Amino acid sequence: MGDVKLSFVVHKPQYKGETSRLAITHAIAYQTVEILLDDGDTVTPTLCFIGEGVLGFDKDQKAMDLYGITSTEAHLKNCLLVDLNVMMCKEDMEKYGISEDVLPDADEMGADMKVQVVPYAEIEKTMEEAQHVLFF
Amino acid sequence: MGTLTIGCFPGLVGSMAYDFSLKLAEAAVDKGHKVNIWFSGNATGSVKANQKHLKDYSTGEKYIKTLLEKGVEICTCEACTVARGVKKDEGIEGVQWNAMHWYLAKIHGSDRVLQIGGE
Repeated sequence: MGDVKLSFVVHKPQYKGETSRLAITHAIAYQTVEILLDDGDTVTPTLCFIGEGVLGFDKDQKAMDLYGITSTEAHLKNCLLVDLNVMMCKEDMEKYGISEDVLPDADEMGADMKVQVVPYAEIEKTMEEAQHVLFF
Repeated sequence: MGTLTIGCFPGLVGSMAYDFSLKLAEAAVDKGHKVNIWFSGNATGSVKANQKHLKDYSTGEKYIKTLLEKGVEICTCEACTVARGVKKDEGIEGVQWNAMHWYLAKIHGSDRVLQIGGE
Protein backbone atom coordinates (compact mmCIF):
# COMPACT_ATOMS: atom_id res chain seq x y z
CA MET A 1 0.00 0.00 0.00
CA GLY A 2 3.02 2.27 0.43
CA ASP A 3 2.76 5.65 2.01
CA VAL A 4 -0.53 7.01 3.35
CA LYS A 5 -0.71 10.77 3.83
CA LEU A 6 -2.78 12.03 6.73
CA SER A 7 -3.79 15.55 7.53
CA PHE A 8 -4.40 16.33 11.21
CA VAL A 9 -6.40 19.55 11.35
CA VAL A 10 -6.69 21.16 14.78
CA HIS A 11 -9.25 23.92 15.26
CA LYS A 12 -9.55 23.87 19.05
CA PRO A 13 -7.14 25.84 21.23
CA GLN A 14 -4.50 24.10 23.29
CA TYR A 15 -5.27 23.64 27.01
CA LYS A 16 -8.99 24.27 26.62
CA GLY A 17 -9.69 20.63 25.95
CA GLU A 18 -7.84 17.38 25.56
CA THR A 19 -8.34 16.64 21.90
CA SER A 20 -6.19 19.48 20.57
CA ARG A 21 -3.26 17.95 22.42
CA LEU A 22 -4.22 14.42 21.40
CA ALA A 23 -3.94 15.54 17.78
CA ILE A 24 -0.28 16.29 18.39
CA THR A 25 0.51 13.06 20.21
CA HIS A 26 -1.34 10.98 17.63
CA ALA A 27 0.61 12.64 14.84
CA ILE A 28 3.91 12.02 16.62
CA ALA A 29 2.98 8.32 16.83
CA TYR A 30 3.80 8.04 13.12
CA GLN A 31 7.34 7.46 14.32
CA THR A 32 6.50 4.02 15.66
CA VAL A 33 3.64 2.90 13.42
CA GLU A 34 5.94 0.91 11.15
CA ILE A 35 6.20 -1.86 13.76
CA LEU A 36 2.56 -2.63 12.98
CA LEU A 37 2.78 -2.23 9.19
CA ASP A 38 4.19 -4.37 6.38
CA ASP A 39 7.63 -3.63 5.00
CA GLY A 40 7.59 -0.52 2.84
CA ASP A 41 4.37 0.83 4.30
CA THR A 42 4.51 4.22 6.00
CA VAL A 43 2.27 6.95 7.35
CA THR A 44 3.11 10.60 6.72
CA PRO A 45 1.11 13.05 8.81
CA THR A 46 0.92 16.80 8.47
CA LEU A 47 -0.21 18.71 11.52
CA CYS A 48 -2.24 21.81 10.63
CA PHE A 49 -3.51 24.41 13.08
CA ILE A 50 -6.37 26.64 11.99
CA GLY A 51 -8.89 28.95 13.67
CA GLU A 52 -8.56 28.87 17.47
CA GLY A 53 -6.16 25.97 16.98
CA VAL A 54 -3.33 28.47 16.51
CA LEU A 55 -3.68 29.54 20.16
CA GLY A 56 -1.49 28.27 22.96
CA PHE A 57 1.93 27.79 21.41
CA ASP A 58 3.92 30.72 22.80
CA LYS A 59 7.51 30.26 23.90
CA ASP A 60 8.59 29.94 27.54
CA GLN A 61 5.50 28.17 28.83
CA LYS A 62 5.45 27.08 32.47
CA ALA A 63 2.83 24.33 32.30
CA MET A 64 5.07 21.85 34.08
CA ASP A 65 5.88 24.28 36.88
CA LEU A 66 2.32 25.45 37.39
CA TYR A 67 0.18 22.45 36.50
CA GLY A 68 2.58 19.51 36.44
CA ILE A 69 1.83 18.73 32.81
CA THR A 70 3.92 18.84 29.67
CA SER A 71 3.51 22.14 27.85
CA THR A 72 2.26 22.37 24.30
CA GLU A 73 5.53 24.14 23.60
CA ALA A 74 7.36 20.93 24.51
CA HIS A 75 5.00 18.90 22.35
CA LEU A 76 5.55 21.21 19.43
CA LYS A 77 9.31 20.90 19.83
CA ASN A 78 8.99 17.12 19.85
CA CYS A 79 7.06 17.33 16.58
CA LEU A 80 9.90 19.26 14.98
CA LEU A 81 12.47 16.89 16.42
CA VAL A 82 10.80 13.90 14.75
CA ASP A 83 10.57 15.76 11.42
CA LEU A 84 6.85 16.26 11.50
CA ASN A 85 5.47 18.82 9.09
CA VAL A 86 3.73 21.50 11.21
CA MET A 87 1.68 24.27 9.61
CA MET A 88 0.01 27.26 11.23
CA CYS A 89 -2.61 29.24 9.36
CA LYS A 90 -1.20 32.67 8.56
CA GLU A 91 -4.58 34.41 8.36
CA ASP A 92 -5.73 33.03 11.71
CA MET A 93 -2.47 34.01 13.41
CA GLU A 94 -2.94 37.53 12.09
CA LYS A 95 -6.55 37.50 13.27
CA TYR A 96 -5.43 36.76 16.83
CA GLY A 97 -2.45 39.09 16.63
CA ILE A 98 0.11 36.33 17.00
CA SER A 99 3.54 37.04 15.64
CA GLU A 100 5.67 34.30 14.10
CA ASP A 101 8.41 35.34 16.53
CA VAL A 102 6.55 33.89 19.52
CA LEU A 103 6.43 30.40 18.04
CA PRO A 104 8.97 28.00 19.52
CA ASP A 105 11.59 26.15 17.54
CA ALA A 106 13.65 23.14 18.48
CA ASP A 107 16.99 24.36 17.23
CA GLU A 108 18.67 23.69 20.58
CA MET A 109 17.52 20.05 20.32
CA GLY A 110 19.03 19.74 16.86
CA ALA A 111 15.80 19.74 14.87
CA ASP A 112 15.96 20.54 11.19
CA MET A 113 12.27 21.32 10.89
CA LYS A 114 10.57 24.59 11.74
CA VAL A 115 6.93 25.52 12.18
CA GLN A 116 5.64 26.82 8.87
CA VAL A 117 3.25 29.75 8.88
CA VAL A 118 1.34 29.38 5.64
CA PRO A 119 -1.76 30.79 3.96
CA TYR A 120 -4.93 28.77 4.48
CA ALA A 121 -4.87 27.84 0.80
CA GLU A 122 -1.75 25.79 1.43
CA ILE A 123 -3.37 23.96 4.34
CA GLU A 124 -6.36 23.24 2.13
CA LYS A 125 -4.02 21.81 -0.51
CA THR A 126 -2.49 19.55 2.13
CA MET A 127 -5.95 18.30 3.05
CA GLU A 128 -6.78 17.63 -0.58
CA GLU A 129 -3.60 15.63 -1.04
CA ALA A 130 -4.15 13.53 2.08
CA GLN A 131 -5.89 10.18 1.90
CA HIS A 132 -7.59 10.89 5.22
CA VAL A 133 -8.27 14.13 7.11
CA LEU A 134 -8.65 13.92 10.87
CA PHE A 135 -10.38 16.91 12.39
CA PHE A 136 -9.63 17.67 16.04
CA MET B 1 -16.76 -4.57 1.21
CA GLY B 2 -14.56 -1.91 2.74
CA THR B 3 -12.71 -1.22 5.92
CA LEU B 4 -13.88 1.57 8.21
CA THR B 5 -11.86 2.87 11.12
CA ILE B 6 -13.56 5.07 13.70
CA GLY B 7 -11.59 7.22 16.10
CA CYS B 8 -13.90 7.76 19.05
CA PHE B 9 -12.88 10.52 21.48
CA PRO B 10 -16.01 11.73 23.36
CA GLY B 11 -16.88 10.55 26.84
CA LEU B 12 -19.41 7.82 27.45
CA VAL B 13 -21.66 10.09 29.48
CA GLY B 14 -22.50 13.62 28.45
CA SER B 15 -22.32 13.33 24.69
CA MET B 16 -24.42 11.34 22.26
CA ALA B 17 -21.45 11.32 19.89
CA TYR B 18 -20.15 8.24 21.71
CA ASP B 19 -23.43 6.40 21.19
CA PHE B 20 -23.46 7.50 17.56
CA SER B 21 -19.97 6.08 17.01
CA LEU B 22 -20.91 2.64 18.29
CA LYS B 23 -24.24 2.52 16.50
CA LEU B 24 -22.57 3.54 13.27
CA ALA B 25 -19.98 0.82 13.77
CA GLU B 26 -22.72 -1.76 14.22
CA ALA B 27 -24.56 -0.58 11.11
CA ALA B 28 -21.35 -0.87 9.09
CA VAL B 29 -20.41 -4.32 10.36
CA ASP B 30 -23.96 -5.56 9.78
CA LYS B 31 -23.57 -4.53 6.15
CA GLY B 32 -20.46 -6.69 5.91
CA HIS B 33 -17.75 -4.07 6.31
CA LYS B 34 -14.66 -4.58 8.41
CA VAL B 35 -14.73 -2.08 11.29
CA ASN B 36 -12.05 -0.92 13.72
CA ILE B 37 -12.68 1.40 16.67
CA TRP B 38 -10.01 3.40 18.47
CA PHE B 39 -10.90 4.89 21.85
CA SER B 40 -8.92 7.90 22.98
CA GLY B 41 -9.44 10.77 25.41
CA ASN B 42 -12.59 10.53 27.51
CA ALA B 43 -13.91 7.61 25.44
CA THR B 44 -11.37 5.35 27.13
CA GLY B 45 -13.33 5.47 30.38
CA SER B 46 -15.95 3.35 28.63
CA VAL B 47 -13.83 0.20 28.52
CA LYS B 48 -14.25 -0.46 32.24
CA ALA B 49 -16.19 -3.65 32.88
CA ASN B 50 -19.23 -4.01 35.11
CA GLN B 51 -20.94 -0.77 34.10
CA LYS B 52 -24.37 -0.38 35.60
CA HIS B 53 -26.83 0.59 32.90
CA LEU B 54 -29.02 3.28 34.39
CA LYS B 55 -31.65 4.40 31.91
CA ASP B 56 -30.68 8.06 32.19
CA TYR B 57 -27.12 7.35 31.03
CA SER B 58 -25.52 5.81 27.98
CA THR B 59 -23.88 2.45 28.41
CA GLY B 60 -20.78 1.37 26.57
CA GLU B 61 -20.30 -2.15 27.83
CA LYS B 62 -23.36 -3.74 26.25
CA TYR B 63 -22.60 -2.28 22.82
CA ILE B 64 -18.87 -2.95 23.04
CA LYS B 65 -19.50 -6.64 23.79
CA THR B 66 -21.97 -6.90 20.91
CA LEU B 67 -19.50 -5.30 18.52
CA LEU B 68 -16.68 -7.57 19.65
CA GLU B 69 -18.91 -10.59 19.05
CA LYS B 70 -19.56 -9.30 15.53
CA GLY B 71 -15.84 -9.12 14.80
CA VAL B 72 -15.20 -5.42 15.30
CA GLU B 73 -11.69 -4.74 16.54
CA ILE B 74 -11.74 -2.32 19.46
CA CYS B 75 -8.65 -0.83 21.01
CA THR B 76 -8.25 1.68 23.81
CA CYS B 77 -5.39 4.11 24.24
CA GLU B 78 -3.49 2.66 27.17
CA ALA B 79 -2.11 6.00 28.37
CA CYS B 80 -5.51 7.71 28.26
CA THR B 81 -7.11 4.75 30.03
CA VAL B 82 -4.69 4.35 32.92
CA ALA B 83 -4.72 8.15 33.37
CA ARG B 84 -8.41 7.73 34.20
CA GLY B 85 -7.69 5.08 36.82
CA VAL B 86 -8.87 2.10 34.80
CA LYS B 87 -6.57 -0.89 35.10
CA LYS B 88 -6.16 -3.47 32.39
CA ASP B 89 -7.61 -6.27 34.51
CA GLU B 90 -10.72 -4.16 35.11
CA GLY B 91 -11.36 -3.72 31.40
CA ILE B 92 -13.96 -5.37 29.20
CA GLU B 93 -12.61 -8.66 27.89
CA GLY B 94 -11.68 -8.57 24.23
CA VAL B 95 -10.87 -4.86 24.08
CA GLN B 96 -7.25 -4.37 23.03
CA TRP B 97 -4.92 -1.97 24.84
CA ASN B 98 -2.25 -0.27 22.78
CA ALA B 99 -0.60 3.02 21.89
CA MET B 100 -1.60 5.64 19.33
CA HIS B 101 0.29 3.95 16.53
CA TRP B 102 -2.41 1.22 16.57
CA TYR B 103 -4.86 3.84 15.30
CA LEU B 104 -2.49 5.07 12.61
CA ALA B 105 -1.81 1.52 11.48
CA LYS B 106 -5.53 0.79 11.17
CA ILE B 107 -6.01 4.05 9.28
CA HIS B 108 -3.29 2.96 6.89
CA GLY B 109 -5.35 -0.07 5.90
CA SER B 110 -8.72 1.65 5.82
CA ASP B 111 -10.90 2.79 2.96
CA ARG B 112 -12.65 5.33 5.17
CA VAL B 113 -11.81 6.98 8.49
CA LEU B 114 -14.22 8.79 10.76
CA GLN B 115 -12.73 10.90 13.49
CA ILE B 116 -15.46 11.49 16.06
CA GLY B 117 -14.10 14.34 18.14
CA GLY B 118 -14.35 14.74 21.87
CA GLU B 119 -14.84 17.63 24.22
